[in-house]
Amino acid sequence: MISISNTTATLAWRNLWRHSRRTLLTIAAMVFADTLLVFMLGLQFGQYRMMIDNSLRVFTGQMQVQARGYLDEPHMFRSIPAADKLATSIRNNTRLDAVAVRGYGFALVSSGARTIGAQISGVDPQHEPLVSSIPGLVKQGRYLQGSNSNELVVGSTLARNLKVSPGDELTLLGSGRDGSIAATVAPVVGIFESGNRDLDRQMLSMPLDTFREVFSMGDHAHSIIIGGERSQADSIAAGARAALPADGELVLLSWEKLLPGLKQAIQADFTSAWFMYLVLIVLVAFGVLNTMLMSVLERTHEFGILLALGVRHGRLGRMIITESAVLAAIGLLLGMLAGGMVIWYFRVHGFTYPGMEAMGERFNIPSVLHPEVSLRSLLPGPLAVFIATLLASLYPIWHMRKLRPIEALQTI
Amino acid sequence: MKTPFSMLVTVAWRNLWRNHRRSLIMLAAIAIGLWGMIWMTALMRGMVDQMIDDAISTLSGHIQIHAPGYLDDPSVEHTIAAVADNPELDKLLHSPEVTAWSQRIRVPAVIRSERDVYGITLVGIDPQRERGLSFIADSVVSGHYLESVNDQHVLLGRKLVEQLETKLGRRIVILSQDPDNNIAERGFRIGGIYDTDLQATETTYVFAGIETVRRMLKMGSGVSEISLLGHDYRNVDGLAAEVRAVAGTAETSTWLQLDPYMASMLDVMDGFIIVWFCIIFLALSFGLINTLLMAVFERTREIGLIQALGMPPGNILLMVLVESSIMLLIGLLAGNLLSWLTLLPIRDGIDISAVAQGLEWAGMSSILLPAVKTSDVLLANGIVLVLGVLASLFPAWRASRKVPVEAITRIWQ
Repeated sequence: MISISNTTATLAWRNLWRHSRRTLLTIAAMVFADTLLVFMLGLQFGQYRMMIDNSLRVFTGQMQVQARGYLDEPHMFRSIPAADKLATSIRNNTRLDAVAVRGYGFALVSSGARTIGAQISGVDPQHEPLVSSIPGLVKQGRYLQGSNSNELVVGSTLARNLKVSPGDELTLLGSGRDGSIAATVAPVVGIFESGNRDLDRQMLSMPLDTFREVFSMGDHAHSIIIGGERSQADSIAAGARAALPADGELVLLSWEKLLPGLKQAIQADFTSAWFMYLVLIVLVAFGVLNTMLMSVLERTHEFGILLALGVRHGRLGRMIITESAVLAAIGLLLGMLAGGMVIWYFRVHGFTYPGMEAMGERFNIPSVLHPEVSLRSLLPGPLAVFIATLLASLYPIWHMRKLRPIEALQTI
Repeated sequence: MKTPFSMLVTVAWRNLWRNHRRSLIMLAAIAIGLWGMIWMTALMRGMVDQMIDDAISTLSGHIQIHAPGYLDDPSVEHTIAAVADNPELDKLLHSPEVTAWSQRIRVPAVIRSERDVYGITLVGIDPQRERGLSFIADSVVSGHYLESVNDQHVLLGRKLVEQLETKLGRRIVILSQDPDNNIAERGFRIGGIYDTDLQATETTYVFAGIETVRRMLKMGSGVSEISLLGHDYRNVDGLAAEVRAVAGTAETSTWLQLDPYMASMLDVMDGFIIVWFCIIFLALSFGLINTLLMAVFERTREIGLIQALGMPPGNILLMVLVESSIMLLIGLLAGNLLSWLTLLPIRDGIDISAVAQGLEWAGMSSILLPAVKTSDVLLANGIVLVLGVLASLFPAWRASRKVPVEAITRIWQ
């Protein structure tokens, strides 16, 4: 049995090179499609990862603990009681330092020259830098120091609209958690520029304890932000969930829930990309189909001789499928190799295209992309082409299954 | 000896159908390739058109006029003269080049209900003029649209109403700043609720009559912006230059300047379509060259024979080119037909709301209307035909170069 399949393999291999140009052209088509697919997938994955990482890094974190319903309707009274204690136990459970407590409020902010409504976030200056890049993006002055100092850090656009710079004072007027009036006067110590239009235009941060005092929050807060590596999200989530009280009043929200738009934008992009890939793969499969059909048809006479000598149809079929399998495998290997080299090159040197800058600004990604070099970008495209190629060789086999020796011998 | 062209066509046509399976597979590949080009382009164009439409109708218009400094600092201080006070501009706005225009007061403000407070943009509009210019008039889902420049009601977005926990007919308070830096405060009754594809629009804009807002803010006769529509969103620079000439010191900007992201989307899209066409064509060309090469090789003897009989090599080259042209033309015909048939059932748009939230993030709406542009279809057909004939030059050249004696005596290849 083994010797037979060895013969089949040898025959198949030799048959392939009887028309070396045709075979090479067919392989070239596969390698072209493979390289393109690997490059596109690598670029996509690289881009998605950057979109997610950069979006989460600014302010959102990997996941957050919030009171049930706060995400949909962010009312001040939907808060987390004893938030600091909860944050500590989350830190212990996950062995992660990057856990920060925040409170959010809204106030009319006046600078003397201007009055603008702004979002106020009360942050813990010690842990905030571990979950958000904003503390590192202070362009003028410094970030907040001390959890109960009376000072403010303002988004760059907001600062410009309020016409304030570090050292100036701002008056805040809003309402506290219990509905009382929340008012304070505090100096601006820093101005941050996150690159995120909304945050820069409407956010202002103050130390958490000061925030609690002004907005009558007691020991409450609105969100506990958890950072860490996305690759370890599952174990972090398990640790954090274990720290939550059992009554279900608090929920742990993943970034997919916090930024559903981001998740779906990625899905939408991926879906439309697969349509393109499918068209490409089908075209390559047609090319292979034609090659295999030709190579079978032109051998009708030869197959007739083989059949007359007693070779069975099954064995001929095996030979043909071996031929296309070898063809496809060469395409797969060379394709992955070529694709791998291309994405490796761009990983090192970066890839950009015209218009990328404006897109980058909108989606929070740098204007130079680095494709992801990984199995999930290397394998799916070439594998799909491989399978499509094998499927394409089924038609020629089906076509010759009823070949009769005499008739076949009569064709020239 | 000169072979008539019609004979070449006949021979090429018959050659094509000597191996009908091979030709049919190639035809199918060409048709599917073209279909992929046209379909994909129609969907992507549709998507971008929609994004631009939404962007333009979300208060942008094709061209806007502002006071210098307003874009950087959109406050009540930066105003320009109303159209009525600028006769030259007034004349231009009423010329046939401008299809719609309006003026607005647009200032940052704070809205307060019994339950909550949010930062918004208060827009004082001329309700009649906004019709056909922006989305507002067509988006009111409950209550009614504003009636006049003096209307005492406000229009709120559906999501903002939800967030404020208020409803139609209730009162809300709007606070903003007057030109003297004093807080201007006024109660309004919610007269209507509007609904748009983009949630961000619903939570940002609150509309009221322009004269009502002017009184509330104790403003003079100025306005924050003048917005107008021309005939073609791609071609606004000419009109912008005319507007700029009569707008005086005010800043005139086109939507392309105001929204560089959308503008770059247009360029990226044009570039992408060319790249996509070329990729598809390359994938096709391998098969095309291969098929033609096969067709030429298996006819080596025959080609040698007709050469020996006196057919000049140029004619053989032409014959193969005619063969591939016929194949390409039939394939293109089938591809165009296939595209038309598959685009027909979705010409009224496909609902893609399953992924709509993500699209919203990118500034799109949930109904995708495919946009078939004649230029794209022509380009796709042109690329396949021209590059296809070019690609078949190689097999054709191979065929014409055979030496008759060798070709006839050779049995294999």
